[in-house]
Amino acid sequence: MRGSEIRNSEQELHQFQVRVGIAGVAVIIAFGLLAARFLWLQVLQHDVYQAKAEDNRISIVPVTPNRGLIVDRNGVVIARNYSGYTLEIFPRRVKNLERTIDELTQYVDITARDRARFRKLLQETRNAENLPIKNRLSDEEVAKFAANRYRFEGVEIKARLFRQYPFGDVASHVAGYMGRINQEDQDKLEEDGVAANYRGTDYIGKAGVEATYEAELHGTTGFEQVEIDAAGRGIRTLSRTPSHPGNNVTLTLDMRLQQVAEIAFGDRRGALVAIDPSNGGVLALVSKPGFDPNLFVDGIDPQYWAELNGSIDKPLTDRAISGLYPPGSTLKPYLALAALETGKRKPSSTIFDPGYFDFGGRRFRDDKKGGHGVVDLYKSITESCDTYYYHLANDMGIDAIARFLAPFGFGTRTGIDIAGESLGVLPSPEWKLKRFKRPADQKWYPGETISIGIGQGYNSYTPIQLAEAMAMLANGGSMYRPHLLANIDNANSGERREVPAEIVSTVRLRRDNVDFIRRAMAGVAKEGTAARAFAGVTYTVGGKTGTAQVIAIKQNEKYEESKVAERHRDHSLFIAFAPVESPRIALAVVVENGGFGARAAAPLARTVLDYFMLGKVPAGMDQPTPEDDTAVGTEEDESD
Amino acid sequence: MELARLPFRRIGLRLTEGIDSTLLVLMAALSMLGLLALFSASYENPGRVVSQVMNLAVAVAAMWLVAQVAPQTMMRFAVPAYVVGLAFLVAVALFGDVVNGARRWLHVGVTRFQPSEMMKLALPLMLAWYFHKHETSLKLRNFAVAAILLAVPLGLIARQPDLGTAALVGAAGFYVIFFAGIGWRVLGTLAGLGLAALPVVWGFLHGYQRKRVLTLLDPTTDPLGAGYHIIQSTIAVGSGGLWGKGWLNGTQAHLEFIPERHTDFIFAVFSEEFGLIGNVVLIVLYSLLVARGLVIAANAATVFARLLAGAIALMFFTYAFVNMGMVSGILPVVGVPLPFLSYGGTALLTLFIGAGILMSIHRHRKLVQT
Repeated sequence: MRGSEIRNSEQELHQFQVRVGIAGVAVIIAFGLLAARFLWLQVLQHDVYQAKAEDNRISIVPVTPNRGLIVDRNGVVIARNYSGYTLEIFPRRVKNLERTIDELTQYVDITARDRARFRKLLQETRNAENLPIKNRLSDEEVAKFAANRYRFEGVEIKARLFRQYPFGDVASHVAGYMGRINQEDQDKLEEDGVAANYRGTDYIGKAGVEATYEAELHGTTGFEQVEIDAAGRGIRTLSRTPSHPGNNVTLTLDMRLQQVAEIAFGDRRGALVAIDPSNGGVLALVSKPGFDPNLFVDGIDPQYWAELNGSIDKPLTDRAISGLYPPGSTLKPYLALAALETGKRKPSSTIFDPGYFDFGGRRFRDDKKGGHGVVDLYKSITESCDTYYYHLANDMGIDAIARFLAPFGFGTRTGIDIAGESLGVLPSPEWKLKRFKRPADQKWYPGETISIGIGQGYNSYTPIQLAEAMAMLANGGSMYRPHLLANIDNANSGERREVPAEIVSTVRLRRDNVDFIRRAMAGVAKEGTAARAFAGVTYTVGGKTGTAQVIAIKQNEKYEESKVAERHRDHSLFIAFAPVESPRIALAVVVENGGFGARAAAPLARTVLDYFMLGKVPAGMDQPTPEDDTAVGTEEDESD
Repeated sequence: MELARLPFRRIGLRLTEGIDSTLLVLMAALSMLGLLALFSASYENPGRVVSQVMNLAVAVAAMWLVAQVAPQTMMRFAVPAYVVGLAFLVAVALFGDVVNGARRWLHVGVTRFQPSEMMKLALPLMLAWYFHKHETSLKLRNFAVAAILLAVPLGLIARQPDLGTAALVGAAGFYVIFFAGIGWRVLGTLAGLGLAALPVVWGFLHGYQRKRVLTLLDPTTDPLGAGYHIIQSTIAVGSGGLWGKGWLNGTQAHLEFIPERHTDFIFAVFSEEFGLIGNVVLIVLYSLLVARGLVIAANAATVFARLLAGAIALMFFTYAFVNMGMVSGILPVVGVPLPFLSYGGTALLTLFIGAGILMSIHRHRKLVQT
């Protein structure tokens, strides 16, 4: 038995080794066949295939589409295309880049900035075929270079379309800017399955509307079959599938209103958001200082980029949607409404204000030394009485306050259609528990509720949240998603897509309570804290001033503006709506370090409202619109 | 001095333990040629070369780990690996992702993978284990069971549909059955039946699969679709000539006439730039690799080890042959990467793990013989 097993196993091993041998022979035969095939293709038929490779001269060249226009609600152009000549270098065809650029300076004015920008492009986009060394050549430069073109292998003049923003830095945060497609963008395009449509496209929307509606604006890339020579240069076009221009985007923005607001800001920092309360359309969205998006168009030069990024004014930050500010007294109308809705106060109920409110051994001071005397709810708003709201906040408690304010969008992103919105902070014990790590910091102290009542403490909201809440108060409680897009026009079919107003939520409010608050806010402009700013106004307007502390004031110290550094001065705020009976505009203004709300923000709002209601143009704005001459966008492609 | 050097030497010894230098040198040579061709093929994206080097590093680490595992231990993994692989294939059929019209991918946590790739090694492992178990009493019945073990995953993969992988997995399983000693008469009968069944198989093929086979017979019928790959890659190979156009000088590759030029069609790039001489070098390297694998199989200690080693050695051959045959226009276009040259981490991982198994089998060749 055992013997046969061994023999069996030996036999098996022998059989296996025979089969390994057979396999080896089969492998040799198969590889031999392959080698014979290679010999046939590469030696015997080499001439045939060599000729075929030489003849392989049809290359597919993308035809870049024209980018869609961005216009405001009245058709005023915010972004358009502009055609110009660029001088482009094909780095892989040039032997000595530095020397070639040196030699080019004889014919074309190439500055140190151009060189720096070119070097940066070369670093960032390693696999690009050609890169611009100089944009927007003059006719003379084009002629000079053309005459000497034979001397520069790998340098060519190209006709290209550039993005142009006729208003410069006006509405720069709304329009956003374009930039070269980087690796990250490329990955995103591939993930979205649209990379093929971006062949031949060098730039992509990086911020603002340019980024949000990139897919609409870009258009469809066409293709040309081009006969090429052995070096890959095009000789003759064989066939052509035209590109289709991108769609035109119309915004709800009123560019002239925007311009009025920006002129009113002057050199001051801050933000303004104006919304149509009946549908959430954004009428103006200002963030100052801005930047000139035209400078990003042809590859921003490193120096200007460093200036923008390094500036303490942070011009690239969109304060209107990402700046966080304590609302100060602009929160009072909502707290007053909360008091009425929850039954904590009646319009007639009064307090006596001695000028302070003592709580837990601490004295909370009113802005007015000596106090406002007897104060009812109406007067608490028109005169902005702090003591009244210290009492009210204490009576309501933090939970009830947070519960009432949350549906107005405080501390929630509004969902506006540009990126970069901040969340803000609606303070509550739950928020504090989540925000802080140490148990001692997590506890909510009753004293903290008192400051919440006058919009200080942890309260911090974006200007667009303040405007959104104002719009809700103005329309009686409907929250529309704020949006910049009004409609999209298909440049090919002429078809128009409207953006319907979207109600996010509705707060149930009693009509008489809302009317009371509106009346009180009208009183602010008529006889209250903003009376001087609105002196002689011919339309009805409701508003509320606010002042937000930038640095904490010690308990027994009085804030004195002259003693405080400019950047530590209070922020000036104002919220407003007009006309009072059937509001068409709701806005929020923040002037950073502007001092009292009544002084900086309220007059600014007045200027904006005067233009909106009466068409009154402020001084310094004689030419409201740059003339519209060279816009390219709706026509069929003109690029090469 | 001596003392300081000692630990390093020991670490060095520990690291090279169980690593077969012949296999390693051959694979290193092939991988180097692969990186050269990949660099030329990915001029528009040099990052690919770096990421292929990373893939190689991962694959070598996996090979080293597998080489440390004794064949006896591997046997214990045979059934679980096969069952898990089969379960994954069923899962793919039920909830897999559809990419390019085929359901091949399965999501696992954050990543997704192709269970059919796993079967390339799990199936031969399973069959080798099965024949090892029944080594003393092999009957026709055993071969029938083996055929079923082979047919089930094969059917699932072919249904995805992924005929390329199905053919490779099927080949791996067939090699085990062949080495296990299936009778020539049975083999002949099966081959005859298979030929007779071809028209039936034709009926089950998807439209694009039929087109690929027809295109092979006459590429000019479809110059802009499926035939384009074959026409352009054949031109690339043929225009390469005896000496090639030189590294980075292939016009077919650089003017973007070759599709998939860094993955399945990298051989076209290689062949255009290095010519017949380069192709012969490549074939010699693959032949030596296969020969080394067959030698390891012939000297293996157990039935399990020799069947597995033989199958893996022939798998290397099959991948290389099918890919080069496809690119040079004598086999239909199926998604088979060129071993060690094509870009892609999964294929490399499978190949290096296969090599690791060979190394382990070689290292343990004498332990049981005595």
